Amino acid sequence: MKLPSLGTLCLTALLTACAATSGKATQADKAGSPPATSSAAPSDLYPSTYRVPQSAPTLIRNATVLTGTGTRLDNADVLIVDGKIQSVGQNLQAPAGSRVIDGKGHWVTPGLIDVHSHLGVYPSPGVEANADGNEATSPATPNVWAEHSVWPQDPGFRTALAGGITSLEILPGSANLIGGRSVVLKNVPSVTYQGMKFPGAPQGMKMACGENPKRVYGDRNTFPSTRMGNVAGYREQWVQAQEYLRDQQEYEQKKAKGEKDAKPPKRDIKLDTLAAVLKGDIRVQMHCYRADEMATILDMSKEFGYHVAAFHHAVEAYKIADLLAENGVCAAMWADWWGFKMEAYDGIPENIAFVDAAPNGCAIVHSDSEEGIQRLNQEAAKAIAYGQRAGLTIPPERAIKWLTLNPAKALGLQDRVGTLEAGKMGDVVVWNGNPFSVYALADFVFIDGAVRYDRSNPALTPQSDFTLGQPAAAGVYP
Amino acid sequence: MKTLRILIGALCVLTALPAGAASVLIKNATVHTASSAGILEHTDVLISDGKIAELGHDLKAPSGTEVIDAEGKPVTPGLFGGFSHLGIEEIGLESTQDDYSLKLGSMRPEFDVTAAFNPESAILGVARMGGITFAVISATAEAGGKGAPGGTIIAGQGSVARLDGVLVPGSHTLFVDVGGDASALSGGSRAAEYMLLDQAIGEVRSPKSLLPNDQRLLTPAGRQTLQGYLNGMGAVVFDADRASDIRQVIALAKREKLHAVIKGGSEAWRVAPELAAAHIPVVLNPLQDLPETFDIVGATLENAARLNRAGVKIAFSLDDPQSHNIRKVRQTAGIAVAHGLPPEAALAALTSNPAEIFGIASRNGTIARGRPADLVLWSGDPLEVTSLAERVFIAGQSQTMQSRQTLLRDRYLEKLRAHAAR
Repeated sequence: MKLPSLGTLCLTALLTACAATSGKATQADKAGSPPATSSAAPSDLYPSTYRVPQSAPTLIRNATVLTGTGTRLDNADVLIVDGKIQSVGQNLQAPAGSRVIDGKGHWVTPGLIDVHSHLGVYPSPGVEANADGNEATSPATPNVWAEHSVWPQDPGFRTALAGGITSLEILPGSANLIGGRSVVLKNVPSVTYQGMKFPGAPQGMKMACGENPKRVYGDRNTFPSTRMGNVAGYREQWVQAQEYLRDQQEYEQKKAKGEKDAKPPKRDIKLDTLAAVLKGDIRVQMHCYRADEMATILDMSKEFGYHVAAFHHAVEAYKIADLLAENGVCAAMWADWWGFKMEAYDGIPENIAFVDAAPNGCAIVHSDSEEGIQRLNQEAAKAIAYGQRAGLTIPPERAIKWLTLNPAKALGLQDRVGTLEAGKMGDVVVWNGNPFSVYALADFVFIDGAVRYDRSNPALTPQSDFTLGQPAAAGVYP
Repeated sequence: MKTLRILIGALCVLTALPAGAASVLIKNATVHTASSAGILEHTDVLISDGKIAELGHDLKAPSGTEVIDAEGKPVTPGLFGGFSHLGIEEIGLESTQDDYSLKLGSMRPEFDVTAAFNPESAILGVARMGGITFAVISATAEAGGKGAPGGTIIAGQGSVARLDGVLVPGSHTLFVDVGGDASALSGGSRAAEYMLLDQAIGEVRSPKSLLPNDQRLLTPAGRQTLQGYLNGMGAVVFDADRASDIRQVIALAKREKLHAVIKGGSEAWRVAPELAAAHIPVVLNPLQDLPETFDIVGATLENAARLNRAGVKIAFSLDDPQSHNIRKVRQTAGIAVAHGLPPEAALAALTSNPAEIFGIASRNGTIARGRPADLVLWSGDPLEVTSLAERVFIAGQSQTMQSRQTLLRDRYLEKLRAHAAR
């Protein structure tokens, strides 16, 4: 194992004063979060209490930089000031009091983003009492919010951080046709989930195709038990949501006209979620394996006038890479999982590369796994290799977008994270070499400019309360 | 890689080379022998009559020999896939397509999954293309659902299979499940696991004191099978993670003189000196680093490195027996290296160590003159995720580099190219 050279880290000064960026919504937040159907916008409810900590400016020098915009810069510098990317280029000057990192031999990328995680809702230890990811008591539960299940002490957040994960979307599971709302978190330690909540990030809504809902409910001899039942189930929900939205709009119009007897429709928190999707405030994240089912879902989204942000798992996305690209829908995929169920039988390890190769394709590497999230970079590396064997050449500066810019797009956060462009959040990973390698390890992970992980100083990142004082865990972290 | 008989292009569809005793000469390879011979640079490997006929420099190709210029690329022994359901499982989550578990509610060590082995499963071809040439086909105990009978802590037997579909004689393996995840198979307590094992062994050791038929755990055939393992006919694999359970296995193995192997072993590093002293190997998943259960609170990415340092023989396997994505085991070895395991020890854990653990070291796991030719030519560092197998040989036969997955790839690559050209 290569150990990071202690000499590479030069702290010219600790914690010099710098302007603290508050967690208040920026303009980008506001643009991304117009008011929802209920009185408050989704992002204002159960609000984020995450505050960007004060940190010294950081200058990473002479590194190989993958900007996330498709560019690779050799011997380049990255400057983070006030929690944000200030500039990327050559011969940048370190402001007084900067932390300076010698990036020679190191690669720098934007922080990695996983659009599909169940950390916190299916945490470790995976005991029954902690299984909070599937409200599998009804096939349509748009009323539940994953964030209300997130256990911030899940030790998996820390191991994901060591893999360079700076933001992640926590989704409900796939037992239901409509599983509930997702939440986007910053991967920072906190006692409450609100302390991790990505300020102003739009929520998502999890939906699921195929085998899972029909198996869960079909096994109970209840609806749905078939794929046609699945589609009927979604459509019934959308029809109700359209009516709810219409009633609300009529009420607003009456109120605006000053009609005194205007009465608001009865509040329904299931329909609040669905109506927010139809208004474009909540983004649909859809678990779907088979190509034919994805095509059906695209038709349904046109029937009801909403947009699918991404198909998750999308094991057969390669069969319809052109269709997905034409519809502006991302596919979030594993590198090589297949065959663990019938709808995954046609999985191929070139899936990611094919989706990427379609003109305007949007390929994302996701994990859906507490193990996979620790090394999304290696999943991408495998996809590069298989793509290469199929004659598709994918340079590192392109592949990094699968882990950064493209997931940011799927989450509606591309104006704030996903690249190393000036003004974006200072979410940065310094790798010990080319990240697309089995030997790659993150040496430093910055979130909003603050170093949250330093491989040479594991004590910097606290253990979860759960592992504290467990005799067996002593010595786990080297 | 250039070959004189065939050129491999990115899109070239290969068909299986004809079976038979074709000779192949791999020139100028970096040969990782996975033995005390170490790494042989700029070395030629002549494969003939299914065996490694010669290893050396400037070897001459007999007429009719396929010559491959390796251009310095690595050749390793064929890799071990770990515990596997290859050939006894087509689709996960479809119980009608799976044969690895017996759910009669009674203890039947005589249950042997290899009777169900299907050498023509399409999954084998995908696994071979990943450079995997042998694996332990495993019986796996599962609890019954909704009042239906389930398995017991003795899951049954399996054996090593070559991935050209041949079961390897003399590699019988018995699977025993202990620890917290097995208590559903033993009446609800892990203490009962050891009680039941003692009773079953007692039925074999002391047939005169057998209880009445209806109170016995084993059938006559079951007693005969267990007797064989007590006499050392094969490895007894104990699925155990918690340090205290591993200590129980160590004590049991010592008492009964079992050829015990620990599967899982997430906390094995905590009892490494005891395992080393007892010569009990550990087949572990190097990726296990989260306390997913209370049995593995001590899980760490350094498990492999620490066990190796303590002198414990290690091999790699993913957690659940793998079929479809068995190729991932190679990645786990690279990750173990990133976390402190020397590269040569990682390769041994994929080759020579498992061959020794499962009793097939005379034919698998190392590259040496006279050995059956099970080897892989890699595009680069064999532990690196960006390297792929370019050629795979099992028992001297060149394996096809076409699988159900490559056929799907090629079909839809055409569609993609047509669209892009539009």
